[in-house]
Amino acid sequence: MAIEGVGARVARKEDKRFITGAGRYVDDMVVPGMKHAAFVRSPHAHAQIKKIDVKKAQAMPGVIGVLTGKELKADGIGNLICGWMIHSKDGSPMKMGAWSPLAFDKVRYVGDAVVIVVAETKGQARDAAEAVEITYKELKAVVDASKAMDKGAPQIHPEAENNLIFDWDIGNADDTAAAFKKAAHVVKMDIINNRLVPNAMEPRAALGHYDKAEDHYTCWTTSQNPHVARLVMSAFYNVAPENKLRVIAPDVGGGFGSKIYIYPEELVCLWASKKTGVPVKWVADRTESFLTDAHGRDHHTHAEMAFDKDHKILGLKVETQANLGAYMSLFSSATPTYLYATLLSGQYNIPAIHANVKAIYTNTAPVDAYRGAGRPEATFVMERLMETAARQFGVSPAELRRKNFVTSFPHQTPVIMCYDAGDYAASLDAAMKASDYAGFAKRKAAAAKKGLLRGIGMSCYIEACGIAPSAAVGSLGAGVGLWESAEVRVNAVGTIEVLTGSHSHGQGHETTFAQLVNERFGVPIDSVSIVHGDTDKVQMGMGTYGSRSGAVGMSAIVKALDKVEAKAKKIAAHLLEADEGDIIIENGALKVAGTDKNVPWFQMALAAYTAHNLPGGMEPGLKETAFYDPSNFTFPAGCYICEVEVDPETGTTEIIQFVAADDFGNIINPMIVEGQVHGGIAQGIGQALLEGAHYDDSGQLLTASYMDYTMPRAGDLPSFKVSTSNTPCPGNPLGIKGCGEAGAIGSPPAVINAITDAIGSNDLGMPASPSTVWAAIRAVTKH
Amino acid sequence: MSDISFVVNGRRVSGAAEDRTLLVHFLRENLGLTGSHVGCDTSQCGACVVHVDGKAVKSCTMLAAQASGSTIVTIEGLANGADLHPVQAAFKEHHGLQCGFCTPGMIMTATDMINRHPEGLDEATVRAELEGNICRCTGYHNIVKAILAASKTMSKVSKGKAKQAA
Repeated sequence: MAIEGVGARVARKEDKRFITGAGRYVDDMVVPGMKHAAFVRSPHAHAQIKKIDVKKAQAMPGVIGVLTGKELKADGIGNLICGWMIHSKDGSPMKMGAWSPLAFDKVRYVGDAVVIVVAETKGQARDAAEAVEITYKELKAVVDASKAMDKGAPQIHPEAENNLIFDWDIGNADDTAAAFKKAAHVVKMDIINNRLVPNAMEPRAALGHYDKAEDHYTCWTTSQNPHVARLVMSAFYNVAPENKLRVIAPDVGGGFGSKIYIYPEELVCLWASKKTGVPVKWVADRTESFLTDAHGRDHHTHAEMAFDKDHKILGLKVETQANLGAYMSLFSSATPTYLYATLLSGQYNIPAIHANVKAIYTNTAPVDAYRGAGRPEATFVMERLMETAARQFGVSPAELRRKNFVTSFPHQTPVIMCYDAGDYAASLDAAMKASDYAGFAKRKAAAAKKGLLRGIGMSCYIEACGIAPSAAVGSLGAGVGLWESAEVRVNAVGTIEVLTGSHSHGQGHETTFAQLVNERFGVPIDSVSIVHGDTDKVQMGMGTYGSRSGAVGMSAIVKALDKVEAKAKKIAAHLLEADEGDIIIENGALKVAGTDKNVPWFQMALAAYTAHNLPGGMEPGLKETAFYDPSNFTFPAGCYICEVEVDPETGTTEIIQFVAADDFGNIINPMIVEGQVHGGIAQGIGQALLEGAHYDDSGQLLTASYMDYTMPRAGDLPSFKVSTSNTPCPGNPLGIKGCGEAGAIGSPPAVINAITDAIGSNDLGMPASPSTVWAAIRAVTKH
Repeated sequence: MSDISFVVNGRRVSGAAEDRTLLVHFLRENLGLTGSHVGCDTSQCGACVVHVDGKAVKSCTMLAAQASGSTIVTIEGLANGADLHPVQAAFKEHHGLQCGFCTPGMIMTATDMINRHPEGLDEATVRAELEGNICRCTGYHNIVKAILAASKTMSKVSKGKAKQAA
């Protein structure tokens, strides 16, 4: 068993700074002369801006600058864009409305940024923001996607008629219609996937610093992908050319997708720094985060599944309305299309699938990828359908799934994805065993004696990670390639720096990436440093989301390590006067296989830099770079089982046990992987039981603080039983599938399937709060 | 403006701040003690928990001026020099943190919790008493594990000390 290498449960190297209060987040940064910003935001969901009067604010104590969208536009700063083109089924491109970083003619959701105030202190900036006078003409708002296309609904962007952004199809409608004609049974459901607020614990923040002498900008920002931020701010928003813009994402306190996107605030702070001549820092308060962080989910779906008389699936029809909010966020179009509908085959053999997705503008916060991004929505549709079908047919939910599992690989689904490896029955068996599924009836009877309703539910999820092969996503509309880069620098004393284009905001890269190096060269992980999050240090990278840091980011490191190893062996062979094919690396030394001749790792490194005695023609030094472009998505999958007790008097649900059996491919650090699963499950249980963003009809966000939006707390959750049974991924050199999102994808349907099993009603929305569950119980008992 | 003077992490500090300045902002901005974090505006998240006169307090619920005259320990002052406090060590050993943002508040809350329960802790008590601290990364699983482990370590240490004294 490796001590520090691949597969070892190594405690995290990065922990020391976090447990001693020495972490460095954006809000901890201080630049000489730095001042503070506050944004004036729209209090209306939909209104025309008639007049902006900044005179009073400018005269307030400590105020340095009060800047508006007109000035921003005059300086040539561009509109925010969505970077993934989707074409409607009629071939027309998606209808993207203009998103000015500071609104100047119209506001489209509560929280829309209108004015930035820069002042000596945060308090003074806020006081002055209160004094900015904006005259609005209020317009009718629409917040519900299912009503936004109605006749007479308010028109949000002139570019998108009836608020329809795109009307997109995938799969084959004719084959699917034919499959339904043959069906012995059809299961139909209307499903709402509730809107969520990601709520990374660190609020978004930005510190913009314009250096006049160098005509150079530096931006410290809470980003999951600083290089993408630099690329987009340079190429599309005209902030500055890339060589004049450095983006730093230091310690970042969680992301969950919400920190992928480039928001108005970071580029407005950069621009404001140039306008005012001072470094400008902005830190969101929690209510600003609720109002303006990209939200997640918010799907309304009608789904139908056709089965033959033996309960084999024949076909699937899905129609989804996706609420994208008031503006198209950076990857908002990809989430309800290629990250959602391509997973609608689930773990099952389904000969024919057809899905239609309509993306719709509403007067709400922009909606984009949130942990799982489309895949939780797909899994919720599939696993609610399967459970409902089993109940309708009176068969075991496990056996219905097992009967329809994909069992041979590669498996081409009717919706683009080609599953490369998996063993779905193994995860199902593991989860059933760990949950003592067989003993459930006894436990249910015991609960009934106490007057409690006990239920059990499962969910067999699949997702697509390792995002993604560049040519493939390019052909589907992505504006960027999704490869990853790595640079491995071996220092003259043998210590190693690994530079990666991925970014850690809780995932533990500083440890797992070092373990990879330890496995290869035997260098202790304390002698390996991981460098990330700074565009001046790492040349280029695509960042961290979609569980890509392992499958893609570490694969790039492997490629660079291969090159380092090849050169190191050449040097060692030369020093040892041996054939380079005979050199092996073992216990921190390069050895001639089968002999005791060796050169320690550090001595080989020193030789590379002294260059006194290198093979003829070899360049001095030991530093290699690599770019890795994946050949396929990866397909983590698993089975989750949830067991609940519901109190019929109060509608309160208690989770008695939650079991996760995952297949993540090969694992570098099981402790970190388990932590990812725990966190994902908590977010999924949060969605199922507690969380939901609610707007009133006028577009006011009613859940804009922790007083109103129910975050999962320790007392809401049990300890989880997690395990893995892994099939290596054939698509990348490490066999990794990825584990970052599985928990959030697999858990909501398991919870809802358990509660609906307990209460004997299949009609239950999320979050299944006590009042919702109580009403569902009452609705059944009435009948 | 208010004059403020207190002992923080064993050091006497004094300064002046606007009357409306919260303790957490004074610690972060005036004293550079940025380990205490601000994660919300409504005193719900607990990322800013410090010890004021030996009790866990959300430093966003208190004006800096109100803390004048008290003795404060922040996350930066919890370890004994290079030796981690047992709660810090347990969070590392049991992977009780991911992004690290809620961690200082969690550790300060946990330390106070363990001190208040010298008889030991069980899972249900730990979960109930973490009511004022929100974590979005860990699902609390390993935080609970870390606190239970630290509670055991600390009770062993205090029993050892009691024996020595006897």
